[in-house]
Amino acid sequence: MKASLFRARHAIGRIVRGTTLVAHDGFSARYDLDRINGVFSRPTHKLAGQSYVGKILVLDTAKGGVATAWMLHEMQSRGIVPLALVFNSVNPILAQGAALGDVSMLAGFDEDITSAIPNGVEVEVNPQMSLLTVMSYQMDGPICRNE
Amino acid sequence: MKLNDEESDILAGKMGVVAQQALQHQIKVGEFFGAEDFVPVTQAHLMADTESLGEAGVRWLENLAATDDGRRQVRIPTITDPRGTDFSKAALLGQTSAMLGLERRAIAALVKLGVAMTDTCINYQTIQAPTRNEHVAFGDTGVVIYSNSICGARSNFEGGPSALSAGLTGRTPRYGFHLPQMRRATLRLDVEFTPTSLNGWGALGGVIGRIAGNYWAVPVIDGIQSAPRSDQLKHFGASMASFGSIALFHLPGLTPEAAELRDVATPGLPSLRVTKADIDELQNSYHTDDHVDVVVFSAPQLSLFELRELAELCEGRRFTVPMLAVTSPQVKPDADRMGYTARIEGAGGSVLSGMCFYQSYAREISEANGWKRLATNSAKLVNILGGYGYRPMLASMEACVDAAVSGRLARI
Repeated sequence: MKASLFRARHAIGRIVRGTTLVAHDGFSARYDLDRINGVFSRPTHKLAGQSYVGKILVLDTAKGGVATAWMLHEMQSRGIVPLALVFNSVNPILAQGAALGDVSMLAGFDEDITSAIPNGVEVEVNPQMSLLTVMSYQMDGPICRNE
Repeated sequence: MKLNDEESDILAGKMGVVAQQALQHQIKVGEFFGAEDFVPVTQAHLMADTESLGEAGVRWLENLAATDDGRRQVRIPTITDPRGTDFSKAALLGQTSAMLGLERRAIAALVKLGVAMTDTCINYQTIQAPTRNEHVAFGDTGVVIYSNSICGARSNFEGGPSALSAGLTGRTPRYGFHLPQMRRATLRLDVEFTPTSLNGWGALGGVIGRIAGNYWAVPVIDGIQSAPRSDQLKHFGASMASFGSIALFHLPGLTPEAAELRDVATPGLPSLRVTKADIDELQNSYHTDDHVDVVVFSAPQLSLFELRELAELCEGRRFTVPMLAVTSPQVKPDADRMGYTARIEGAGGSVLSGMCFYQSYAREISEANGWKRLATNSAKLVNILGGYGYRPMLASMEACVDAAVSGRLARI
């Protein structure tokens, strides 16, 4: 087994493992999501129509207003929430929302994380170590990057 | 984070459990961004509409408010962003009793916590504008960017939980735009065209927001001719914050930290040109239909001057599609006294107060009323509403009023 490790400068939350949903696009819970049905709803978003529920979202940066700070908590209460958030950069709203909503998050990498991480692969988000690990069963040992 | 004696006491619960929980939340956020310590703040502005809060958020507020140790109230002036309804106009919007019930519960909890229900996103025009170097904890991105840029105050985007925490503790983590070094420009935009209309200013803000691209970018914008009015800068900033998550900009010779370009910009800063074609392109990209179902003036709430202008445009007109104009509870009584409300409503429009359109269950009221094709002069609003299922279109106030009469939106 081979894994790729990416170190984040900012981290919050618990260790989780899940499947990625990746796009080089922004994120705002209010602007981009149909939170009732758990899908990206903004027509111009690169993930329009796709479900975010239980996924590890790998996106570029936070966009838009302050509502995400409440909405992650609200989505968590109904189980219609991403498993974790992995971003090139975030604004305070996402950090505040992750803190209240108990959503794991990593942000700030030395490379474009949306290019480095494939869509649909299993990854581990480890905020305690500030590490994102891509699990790959085609390779035979870990590769450490950004260290 | 380094804590002083008072903060250590708060964290130990000596100031009550509500303040303790608030500080715990703030430490999580502060540590995420590497804040070294806290900075005292003088005001907090709290976004807590119930579409965002949901049942879970309202219960969270109610649990805080149920604390009965005599120490559950905010310690600095803490005011609210727009609510999710104007109770007197809820039937017009097609809002349900469940929505209104949730709003009433949220209001009751916030009042118990000592929050002043101002219900406005233009507090810098109506309540009390912050002063230069005043550290504050403001929610609503339009409020933050105006306060930082035009007033020279110091705030990060503080979402509801963090703004409330700041109100309860009287402080916020010192990171981001509380730090002088983070307020210097990171890119320069040379603007070749100075808009005059509010939608033009909003579109320019949207173009710059898209270019700047993320929260930590600080654009310095050169080439603006003459001194913009408060309402123009309101739309400019709110749109820039919406499109780009931008919290601070500088206008050399106009905004307080940039008497000259060199005050905020180092030589060799990345530079881009913005033309009238860029602004027109953004506006035209939203013009996807010639017919409209509803016309909305909101986001940010309208000032008294905007309502005056709108009232004049409504004179002698008769609307065939709904036209909503949204203002703050502070402005509405003056609009009533000046006769603006009567003139707008005499043409068939509605003046709503204390809410904002996109914060008022926008998806549900679209479905309840069959509102899809929406005309507005707010660039911020068109940026938000696509995700709620609307086809929002950006036009001048004049063109929007014409559209409310004819049901058709003219192309520019």
